[in-house]
Amino acid sequence: MIAVAAILLSDLFAVVMLFGVYSLLTAVLFMNLDAVDVAFTEAAVGAGVTTVLMLSSLHLTKRWEALPRRKPLISLLVVGITGAALVYAVQDAPLLGDPSAPVHQHVTPRYVEQGATEVGMPNLVTAVLASYRGYDTFGETVVIFTAGLAVMLLLGIQDCSRMRPGVSAIGDQVVLRSVVKVLLPLILLFGLYVQFHGDFGAGGGFQAGVIFATAFVLYDLVFGDGSARAVVPPGWLHRLAALGVLIYGGVGVYSLLAGRAFLDYSALAADPVHGQHLGVLLVELGVGIAVFSVVLLIFYAFAGRGHCR
Amino acid sequence: MSFLPGIFNYLIVVFLMMAGFYVVIAQGNLVKKLVGLGLFQASVFILYITMGNLSGGQAPIVAEGVTAYSSPLPHVLILTAIVVGVATTAVGLALVVRIHEAYGSVEEDDIHAKDLKDDEALLDAGAARKEGNGE
Repeated sequence: MIAVAAILLSDLFAVVMLFGVYSLLTAVLFMNLDAVDVAFTEAAVGAGVTTVLMLSSLHLTKRWEALPRRKPLISLLVVGITGAALVYAVQDAPLLGDPSAPVHQHVTPRYVEQGATEVGMPNLVTAVLASYRGYDTFGETVVIFTAGLAVMLLLGIQDCSRMRPGVSAIGDQVVLRSVVKVLLPLILLFGLYVQFHGDFGAGGGFQAGVIFATAFVLYDLVFGDGSARAVVPPGWLHRLAALGVLIYGGVGVYSLLAGRAFLDYSALAADPVHGQHLGVLLVELGVGIAVFSVVLLIFYAFAGRGHCR
Repeated sequence: MSFLPGIFNYLIVVFLMMAGFYVVIAQGNLVKKLVGLGLFQASVFILYITMGNLSGGQAPIVAEGVTAYSSPLPHVLILTAIVVGVATTAVGLALVVRIHEAYGSVEEDDIHAKDLKDDEALLDAGAARKEGNGE
């Protein structure tokens, strides 16, 4: 329903807000389907970061959508046909929670049965993410890094004299400032907890990076333009983003040099399980640093653009 | 329709996917197109997580007394996909911002009209130059 409302409204501000609500609802659904790690990420990313980014680009463009000038009939037809084909196909899909579904047949039993002993951590999602599927995750981290680069190339970080730390666009909101002052250390602490406790409970580098970045975004929004830059200058972030990817790649190269396969963490210590644990910890740290700096860089790029015009 | 509860999630996925698809192809506003893309993306996420669910299973964090877990693999894929999704959305938004700076509009129709006008102006200029050479 929210999705439908988001399509029909022409006030883009409302559309973006509804999109945030939609993300939060999706997170609740994931929670319901036993995907705690995913729900975590969706709540932090979809409802938080995406909304802020969309709002800041609305600020840079226009709030109102032009009246539609073309007839939606053809599009409706295409969508209808595709939808009908998909509904037809869905009838062959395995039922929800069916143990004989292909997903539960192939590699999953091995991950579930061996994951805890081989990698030495209870959170199977982290084990699969960082160890079994380490190559994929390395690829994803590089993609995020590249996306950050692309935004830098497109927008750049503008350092303009009109930027005045301490003067916020929303004015001097005493209540907001006090609340954020109390919340900030808690958010940062929670980010660290999520980063280093990801082996045991829900969480990991991706979520921690986003939560950390959210803390700084919040600080910047409430305490005035550019105040986060005084704490974490963009120049550092450039290096941090590269450092995160380097840590990940470096662990891989180290295990190569130690005579094992790329990203085979067993090479990191005499005891394979211990090595796995160390490797996962390092790799997650790299992911966390990379994600944090890229997300914050992207925010700086959008926010800086708005104040220099 | 006794199988309906089993595939209900898939039907939702199809609905959301089509909603997003419609926005992407039918709406002219570039920001809204990106929102549509986000809807589409989220529907794929729900599809994967639905497939990974196991009835009677728990969240895939090993605990005592639990024998059945949801498959961790789809969770991993979607977790990374969400973060990559926000990064790529940011690239899209950055492009939109630059387009707005160049054209003064984020409506697809306006941008096309402007492009056509520019092309015509270029052609006219070329023709005028040729005439000038002929004389």
